[in-house]
Amino acid sequence: MRMAELVMGLVMGIFSIYLMWKSAELPIGWIAGEGPGGGAWPFWLAAGMLCSCVAIIFRWAKHVTPESQSDSPFMDRRSLKLFLLNAVAITVFIGLFHIVGAYGAIPIFLIFYLRFMGGHSWGLTSAFALSTPVITFLFFEIALQKTLPKGFTEPLFLPIFDFFY
Amino acid sequence: METLTLLIDGFAIAFEPLNLVLVIVGCALGLFIGAMPGLGSVNGVAILLPMTFLVPPTGAVIFLAAIYYGAMYGGAISSIMLGIPGASTAVATTFDGRPLALKGLADKALVAAATASFVGGTISVILFTLFAPPLAEVALTFGAPEIFALMLMAFATFVGLGGDDIPKTLFSICIGLVFGAVGLDIISGEPRLIFGGLPGFFHGINFLVLAIGIYGIAEMLWTIEVSQGEVMISQASVSFKRILANLRELKLTLKTMVMGSFLGYFVGILPAAGATPGALMAYGLAKTISKDRESFGKGNVDGVVAPEAANNAASTGAMLPMLTLGIPGSPTTAILLGGMVIWGLEPGPLLFVEHKEFVWGLIASLYAANLFSLLINIAFIPAFIWVLRLPFTILAPIIFILCIVGGFVPTMDMHDVWLMLIFGVVGYLMRKLNYPMAPAVLAIVLGPLAEPALRQSLLISGGSFSIFFTRPFASVISVLALILLLLPVAKLLYEKYLK
Amino acid sequence: MKKVSTGVLSLGLVLSLCFGFSLFTFNSAIAWEPKKPVEFIVMAGKGGGADKAVRFIQSIIAKNKMSSKPYTPINKPGGSGAEALVYVKNAKDPDHTIMFTLNSFYTTPLRQPGLGVDISKFTPVGRMAEDTFLLWVNKDSGIKNVDEFVKAAKAAGNKWIMAGTGKNSEDNILTDFLNKAYGLNMKYVPYKGGGRVAKELAGNNANSTVNNPSEQLGFYQAGKTVPLGAFTPKRLPLFKDAPTFKELGKDFVYFMQRTVVGAPGMSAGAKSYYQGLFKKIFDSSAWQGYMKKKSLQGGFLTGDALMSYWMREKAVQKAILQKMGALK
Repeated sequence: MRMAELVMGLVMGIFSIYLMWKSAELPIGWIAGEGPGGGAWPFWLAAGMLCSCVAIIFRWAKHVTPESQSDSPFMDRRSLKLFLLNAVAITVFIGLFHIVGAYGAIPIFLIFYLRFMGGHSWGLTSAFALSTPVITFLFFEIALQKTLPKGFTEPLFLPIFDFFY
Repeated sequence: METLTLLIDGFAIAFEPLNLVLVIVGCALGLFIGAMPGLGSVNGVAILLPMTFLVPPTGAVIFLAAIYYGAMYGGAISSIMLGIPGASTAVATTFDGRPLALKGLADKALVAAATASFVGGTISVILFTLFAPPLAEVALTFGAPEIFALMLMAFATFVGLGGDDIPKTLFSICIGLVFGAVGLDIISGEPRLIFGGLPGFFHGINFLVLAIGIYGIAEMLWTIEVSQGEVMISQASVSFKRILANLRELKLTLKTMVMGSFLGYFVGILPAAGATPGALMAYGLAKTISKDRESFGKGNVDGVVAPEAANNAASTGAMLPMLTLGIPGSPTTAILLGGMVIWGLEPGPLLFVEHKEFVWGLIASLYAANLFSLLINIAFIPAFIWVLRLPFTILAPIIFILCIVGGFVPTMDMHDVWLMLIFGVVGYLMRKLNYPMAPAVLAIVLGPLAEPALRQSLLISGGSFSIFFTRPFASVISVLALILLLLPVAKLLYEKYLK
Repeated sequence: MKKVSTGVLSLGLVLSLCFGFSLFTFNSAIAWEPKKPVEFIVMAGKGGGADKAVRFIQSIIAKNKMSSKPYTPINKPGGSGAEALVYVKNAKDPDHTIMFTLNSFYTTPLRQPGLGVDISKFTPVGRMAEDTFLLWVNKDSGIKNVDEFVKAAKAAGNKWIMAGTGKNSEDNILTDFLNKAYGLNMKYVPYKGGGRVAKELAGNNANSTVNNPSEQLGFYQAGKTVPLGAFTPKRLPLFKDAPTFKELGKDFVYFMQRTVVGAPGMSAGAKSYYQGLFKKIFDSSAWQGYMKKKSLQGGFLTGDALMSYWMREKAVQKAILQKMGALK
């Protein structure tokens, strides 16, 4: 935990500096008769972030916060495994949106999650994996007319659209 | 008294069979749309707008108003049940609504939210009826300095929101404000903070992307870790007897509801403010005046009713500048305004004179929508509770899917979904280190309102800050805001040096 | 493992079946028609003038059943339209992507050459209207004509506030013109959207604006604001008392185009379909009524005529921007 507190403080400090640098693409100073320039608001707030990070690291060094006193690991093995498993699953899920589209990705994600992470029966899994995309389609595409990404499955939907409109 | 007769006529219109059906269908649809994370009243109204040409203009606006109201109620559902604010107006509802649900008191929070919304709606309709024309004049004189002063006050009421760790709270506020600045700088007309030159940053970072990332993905990852992927999310049970008991208990919060309603209404009237600042200020005020300040953020019913009363009151308030001035007070009223143009009505000062039946029919149907939203909402509470009792391994993937689809729909851009994932993962790691995240979400909502107002004011005054203290409304609000901002500092100094 | 592979196999079978089916429907079509909901991109935010027009067009299409598929408006206001331009330029399905444009269609690619947007690559569908601009003041100011305006603005120097819709926008161009033509030193304060600008004038938080008629109409009818002059070739029927700047001896005419643009690479069939559709919309009584009420000008333009109109306008805008110093 103590290590993580320092690393987060440092990473966010570096990120603040990046934001300050990026904000400085526009004038960050005071323009006479006009007020602050276009980059001033984000620049000085990013500077505020940097100051906060310095304070966080300072407090870390002085062992003020509970996190900086704690010796317990930031994540135990089991938490890390769960976190990685979920984070990677969502990342792959979002990635699949680009390839097989929403209606391919949703069943794949549900099958993975319900069957392999949740250990539910195939019956329940397939019920959810089949009904969720159908409900999503009817709600978003037909009722709300919001098109979700379809990837290469796009041509499959043309006859469905013909049917509904 | 003339307005009263007009209102009664309005009710006659609202309760015509067709209009009544439209109100009920609209409320139910709105409730459903609002309860989805990522979809709020703006989406509901915008999406269903083209369907309204099937009915006469009055029926059409009644339908849209019902969706608007239903979605406002629905926003609270997603805040309480999933901990994800469905729209910026419902952010403050998560602060205490979510802890209540986690304690197994979801029904209490839902009943409180629905009732408070109803009280807020009722009070605001009364205020609307009484003071519409004079308030419109006041709203008109509100310029950039007044809006900035108001934003300052919204921040000031929220100073105490974060955790005890001041540098981390400060960090959270600043990062929210910086992210709010991404996109276009309207004063200089230059794009700014376009990270990596990605076109997705041109439209800025949508509030929902950060909110769903933090309250959706990060929160789920957190719950999964805490429960080690086994425990159910909450053990809520419900019966109508309990709902009635909850309703009776709400008497204690009446004062907060009324306070929230008035505050929400008056902030809602101001052009460009919308319902979000009103809801936040109501929460802050409820906390400040409460005798039991410690329990805020841990599941205090007052913390649910204040913002819910305020955001519903504000949504009626926002109708006022729209109808009388043709100026939308919120994104949703902007769409309604577009709708009125489609139906051939010209919003503006003459609307009250030339289309009385339309205006008062709308007001009356707002009231009817309010009532039906309450009834439908309470009727559905058992269903919502049932959803919470699903095993976590079923609920989790469904919430993830809702988050991702909800992150996509507002801008229809996969860029925002990826951004949301990053916010979720980093937000989770930060949350583990006790960084408070709510201030960042508030800052990303208020920042884009505050910064242009500040710079427009300074442009007008030629760079002098005196503009915030020389105009009557601005000076009063600025002074109040400064007092509120300095109060905690003074308290801190007092405790440190004088005790 | 075995289970998985059968799953994949049957999925493939279903996929190829559906593919065949959809190919079949492709071939059987005679005239081109949209095969799925059409994305109607708006270069501006929700609730603005362009957005209102798009939603109005959407309702005309749906009401008169002019198309078999719905048109879904998508707002991409980012970067003064840069986001919309890049999106449409790279549209995955050019046959189902159209865009409603403003003058930022010319100015944004000129000001941000890094976007790599060449507007001559876009498909000309139809010019629906040209919006007009007028000079407005608050009635309380007592100013009744341009001469009085010039006198008052001169006296106030840079304390005279002109509200507009963004730096280097149409409003800014007109403000610069007025400053130069009359030797004024008005201060330009940008706001988000024309409606907000109109409100700042009516609430006396600005001294003058150059709003479109549709934005000020409500306040004008309520007697809160007055038009002093029009940036049009002829006086507008709705505001007969406002002389054109041409009459006043300053030759300056400025329009805001409202044009529907197709994505680059749109097929010939789709192009002629949309051109026909928007001609029909333009001719509909609903659109004609809308134009009259909003004091919109201009006839329908399409095809090559529209393309040469774009090229002409682009050159004009370029010259103006260069004069302003907004373009290097």
